[in-house]
Amino acid sequence: MSTPIFDELTVGDVIAEREFPLTRDSLVRYAGASGDFNPIHYRDDVAASVGLPGVLAHGMLTMGFAVQPVVDWAGDPARVVDYAVKFTRPVVVHPQDGALVTVVAKIGALDEGVARVDLTVSFDGKTVLGKAQVRVALGRR
Amino acid sequence: MPVNPELQGRVFPPAPPYLVGLEKVREFSRAVFASHPINFETDAALAAGHAGVVAPPTFAVVVQEQTLAQLLSEPDAGIDFTRVVHGDQRFTYTRPIVAGDELTATLTVTSVKTLGPHAMVTAESTMVDATGAHVVTATSTLVVRGDE
Repeated sequence: MSTPIFDELTVGDVIAEREFPLTRDSLVRYAGASGDFNPIHYRDDVAASVGLPGVLAHGMLTMGFAVQPVVDWAGDPARVVDYAVKFTRPVVVHPQDGALVTVVAKIGALDEGVARVDLTVSFDGKTVLGKAQVRVALGRR
Repeated sequence: MPVNPELQGRVFPPAPPYLVGLEKVREFSRAVFASHPINFETDAALAAGHAGVVAPPTFAVVVQEQTLAQLLSEPDAGIDFTRVVHGDQRFTYTRPIVAGDELTATLTVTSVKTLGPHAMVTAESTMVDATGAHVVTATSTLVVRGDE
């Protein structure tokens, strides 16, 4: 995979778009991998008992996959030097139909060899992460 | 019990060192839909100049978790886990986490703010490697819901 050339980038460029079909299996897999076993992420009865509309994806799972299109674009996961998000809306994962989350990654700023990539992460037509920004160190030519 | 405002500025004792295992990195990589070979294959990681398979950008949360558990179990913190909502999250890297790293995380409560019945607690976990060099800082803001 080639590395993007910093000096050829322009603010506003869409550098990646991807859809992530989540299922309940995805949540169980993330629970095991991360060690976050909060039952609101796999038990309908517990989710309902605390007033949630359904079983929710871990916010950290959404944060975790939303950066992957940027990693693939950057050509090396180590080029991600800073990544921040706000959790603004939950992703409700239906037991049969799952949930489809879309990620659009756009160049937000360019400064001294570091590209700021702004992510728009949506579920059901609404954004679920706020101010999701990835700083990618690309170096100058 | 409301969140204790005196938590602000408190520095916790370092958590026990976390040894980053190759299969754990692969398992985490699969769970976050990573597909880059540098997240899975030692050969690919070495060829790119890394000391081992590189963990995905959010892997540090696994190590940070130990320090947040210290905060939540602090007797005078006044943080009821069942009322905690994750508000925001940041990772700032000096270098990537690689398989084989031994990371020691130290948590500092950088701010406690009250918003009506709710409190916002910002906690920073600084992670260093076995030589004491900085690897990553993970910062979380936890929103603790109070009675309406």
